[in-house]
Amino acid sequence: MMLSLELLVASAIGILTAGGIYLLLRLRTFPVIMGVSLLTYAVNIFLFSSGRLTVGAPPILNDSATLYADPLPQALVLTAIVISFGMTAVIVMMALGSYLGNNTDLVNDPLVDDDDDTGVENAGDVTPQEGRP
Amino acid sequence: MTHWLIVPIILPAILAPFIVLAARYHIGIQRVFSLVGVSAQIVLGLALMWQASDGTVMIYQLGDWAAPFGIILVGDRLSTMMVLLTAVLALLVMLYTIGSRWDERGRHFHALFQFQLMGIMGAFLTGDIFNLFVFFEVLLIASYGLMIHGGGNARLRAGTQYVLFNLVGSTLFLFALGAIYAETGTLNMADLALRVQMVSPDATVGIRLAAVLLLLVFAIKAAIVPLHVWLPSSYAEAPGPVAALFAIMTKVGAYAIIRVYTLIFPPDHGPTAGMHDYWLMVAALATVALGMIGVLAAKKLDRMVAFAVIGSMGMVMLAVSLFTPQGIAAALYYMVHSTLAAASLFLIVDMVKDSRANLRLQATWPVAGAVPTAALFFMAAIAMAGLPPLSGFLGKLLILDASFGNGSVVWIWSFVLIGSLISVVAFGRAGSTLFWKARSIPMPEDVDAGPAPSTLSYVAVGGLLALLIAHTVFAGPVTAYTTSIAEQLFAPNAYITNVLETPGKLSTPADGGDH
Repeated sequence: MMLSLELLVASAIGILTAGGIYLLLRLRTFPVIMGVSLLTYAVNIFLFSSGRLTVGAPPILNDSATLYADPLPQALVLTAIVISFGMTAVIVMMALGSYLGNNTDLVNDPLVDDDDDTGVENAGDVTPQEGRP
Repeated sequence: MTHWLIVPIILPAILAPFIVLAARYHIGIQRVFSLVGVSAQIVLGLALMWQASDGTVMIYQLGDWAAPFGIILVGDRLSTMMVLLTAVLALLVMLYTIGSRWDERGRHFHALFQFQLMGIMGAFLTGDIFNLFVFFEVLLIASYGLMIHGGGNARLRAGTQYVLFNLVGSTLFLFALGAIYAETGTLNMADLALRVQMVSPDATVGIRLAAVLLLLVFAIKAAIVPLHVWLPSSYAEAPGPVAALFAIMTKVGAYAIIRVYTLIFPPDHGPTAGMHDYWLMVAALATVALGMIGVLAAKKLDRMVAFAVIGSMGMVMLAVSLFTPQGIAAALYYMVHSTLAAASLFLIVDMVKDSRANLRLQATWPVAGAVPTAALFFMAAIAMAGLPPLSGFLGKLLILDASFGNGSVVWIWSFVLIGSLISVVAFGRAGSTLFWKARSIPMPEDVDAGPAPSTLSYVAVGGLLALLIAHTVFAGPVTAYTTSIAEQLFAPNAYITNVLETPGKLSTPADGGDH
């Protein structure tokens, strides 16, 4: 039995997306950034396959061509890779700054005590044990 | 073909690197260039709007490549109006930034501000949906920098949250674009409008998926429930002038929804029918409700204003989800109003913030410059809550009027009216606690309330409120214009033929239209 190219690519996208979403739901910056990266890989392959999967075909269309590879998705993927690369660099720096400053790497909002009249958000009060994954 | 249409994008793209490279240690020069830049944008916006006002659809082919091969910029009534609105908002926010010296609290404020404008202008002007994604990323990455301008732990934390949420949104956008390209083989919006109609009725799964994914992406931008969760923290923690500029960012999402779902997936398009009038309307009603309840429940002034933004976006989307010319016209009127009102409220919050220990809605001693600030807050709150005589009231009236004939008219009326009542109560309570009750509390000896906000800050906020008054006084001409915008949106043939049938120097649509 032969594995088709389509099945292979589709399951790769599926597995990467599933892993990415699982990591996103961990709500700690490191796993979430990993999850976003996995999702970007998945979407890159998805974009790549949106021009249909062809093997050994030239990316040029002329009147005699019977089979050609669509070059546009490759350009789109290139754009997407560059953007996601830059964004990942930004978020890593920001997440690091936030972790070092707040002593916690939780992504969600800190709980603010309703009866706390001092008005100081106790974001920095989380002990290191709680803050670490 | 003139080049004016691309200038709103090119100008900040040139100014920003210049500010970073040549003027990085000279705040005065940065300010001058920033101000000149945004003033020039206003002139450009006015000129473009005047050009488009007779119904002309201006196009600009990049590299002289004909659509759908090349990227194309399109200026019609809607996009030029949004360009002008952005430019006007940017000028007043820039004045406030200079007046409050926010730009000295961190580096590269002016450069990031220009990049932000570049992204927003590009998103409004582009006629290519992948290009829309690119401009979204440009405006987002600039907004990440602006959001954490000035630093601080709470701000960094909120910034991280904001960036992560938007990264997921961008990924979703790419999935939607991949699905669209796989189904239609094009990314040009005008070409898409034709090709989506050609999709065989038996195989609509892909295109319906793409339509829903796109709606989700734009809903994240427009902060529609349940995708609003990123907004309260980021807008509350962002520097005041940045939050005020962000008031236009939620409108970018609303603009994209209006554009894509009138042009590419019009309301009468079979496979996607029911998405807007059922799902979008329910989400919009929930947004109104959640926004208004949030306004009442918020314990801090900045969060309260952030929830007011969510509520007003719900109001805009409610009018949009009617998808009638009248509804879109009302939505556009309300959109202009809500941008100006939200921006002025965020600036007022920033004025209050500086001389208080925190922004909790508790009475402390009076803030510095309490009397003029309170007067401005009073006006801005009236506008935001939608009380007469300001434009919020007229906007809501237009939305209520447009909803006649819709099946959900009872729901719309009750949500809008009850929501408005709640927000009136909430704003009234906040204003009287912060400004009136404060007068009975004596100033402690050892506390210095700090200097009052500068005159320039008051000029900026006063300018926004003056625009709101003008928006009310000239409501007749404005609604006539928004109605003409809506008519143009619902007759997209001029747009489509102008984009697709203009030959470029290097290619004509005819010699290979079937790619």
